[in-house]
Amino acid sequence: MSEALYTIEVEVNGRRRSAQVPARLSLVDWLREELRLTGTHVGCEHGVCGACSILLDEEPVRACLMYTVQANGHRVTTVEGLTRPDGSFSVLQDSFCETHGLQCGYCTSGMLIAAQALLDANPNPSEAQIREAIGGNLCRCTGYQQIVEAVQLAARRTREGKPG
Amino acid sequence: MKTPRLSAPRNGVHAAPLPCVSFRLLASFHSGTHAPAVKSAPFEYARAGSLAEACELLARHGDAAKVLAGGQSLVPMMAMRLLRPAWLIDINEIPALKFIRVENDAARVGACTRQATMERDDELAARVPLLRQALAWVGHVQTRNRGTIGGSLVHADPSAELPLAAQALGARLVLRSQKGARTLDALEFFSGPMATAARSGECLEEVQWPIWPEKRTGSAFTEISVRHGDFAMVAAAAQVALDADGCCTRAALGLGGVGGTPLAFPKIAARLVGTRLEDAALQEAGRAAAAESEPGGDLHASPEYRRHLARVLAVRALREARGRAEAA
Repeated sequence: MSEALYTIEVEVNGRRRSAQVPARLSLVDWLREELRLTGTHVGCEHGVCGACSILLDEEPVRACLMYTVQANGHRVTTVEGLTRPDGSFSVLQDSFCETHGLQCGYCTSGMLIAAQALLDANPNPSEAQIREAIGGNLCRCTGYQQIVEAVQLAARRTREGKPG
Repeated sequence: MKTPRLSAPRNGVHAAPLPCVSFRLLASFHSGTHAPAVKSAPFEYARAGSLAEACELLARHGDAAKVLAGGQSLVPMMAMRLLRPAWLIDINEIPALKFIRVENDAARVGACTRQATMERDDELAARVPLLRQALAWVGHVQTRNRGTIGGSLVHADPSAELPLAAQALGARLVLRSQKGARTLDALEFFSGPMATAARSGECLEEVQWPIWPEKRTGSAFTEISVRHGDFAMVAAAAQVALDADGCCTRAALGLGGVGGTPLAFPKIAARLVGTRLEDAALQEAGRAAAAESEPGGDLHASPEYRRHLARVLAVRALREARGRAEAA
């Protein structure tokens, strides 16, 4: 059967994107397959692992639990949108590199999104608050400790106003 | 949909309970013969601009339609093809369904209010403290940012925290259809595992949470799960009020994960009234509630273990609620 297509307009990483999509296309599939923004990863596809985390209107959500058509009229930020305008790493991204906050990297884009949303709302989070913020993101490599350290380092650097 | 069977999954892929779809639901899925599908079947989508429009669409499409609120349970169920609605009626863009209004005897919360919004609301936390206490156990930041109060209640997972809070406090639910509105008590609303008294064509409009006027009121929510944020093996909710002398004037107690719906124990709670909530009285209440519960078993917890948890957690919640009431 041919599926009905829905016209959408979504602001992705500051750029307005128009598309025609079937209703059942998940937001993460659209971002990856149509826009080729493959930084957002697909893990479990049913809302458990957090690998597909994105910012929807500045709040972290799971992109596998939204249909693309629902994002019509909203703003989306993916991990590609976290870098500086010149394409270099953000303070948080640099901190992940320095503290070995990643190994295989599969969870990293989701971790970065969750952690950046935390830092935007709370520039001086406690360790417990960091662990709560990344509690919905599974990492099978690091044991989480270095990720917590990366967020702490980024928070300190941002507060001190030192670019990474 | 089919009542979830309480069996263990055959493979280990989803060995841990999930935040969005409870373990029992998954267990029923994995007992099938097909590999998991994780893309939804085709459906048609309508974004309702108002509650009236949503009701009209629901009336037009009947049982072929499902309401899409936060989607944190519905979308995974569709991805696994446990559900294949022909139509989704999206209520996310209806401002009239997003509100928190604290009135004298009840806090009214619009059905599409995000869980994260409720969690942040200090006035709501002051007047219905059990809600913030329960929300701390619900999923994760990303799911609470999308998940709604109405979606959680209508999904009616017997292990979920918000249905338990509604059942324990005796929340009232306003259901709207083209024929008008009707209001149900939580007790009437929850009819079985993932089943409610909502009829075809009805959309949950708001939830009314009773506010206890007693100054010395305390509440508590606690649970045991495999990982924080997962569905509870067993959860307990309690709220008590004390008079100036420390005598209990009112009490509520509920348990989740130990029956087909969240359970409330008004008669057991009523026996606490007039006591000073001594440990012996709380232990007796915990024993009685555990005896009345009907837990199933799965890979993680046998019925016996769940009944044990029911007793322990009921006492723990009551004791914590007592402490907060004494400090109020």
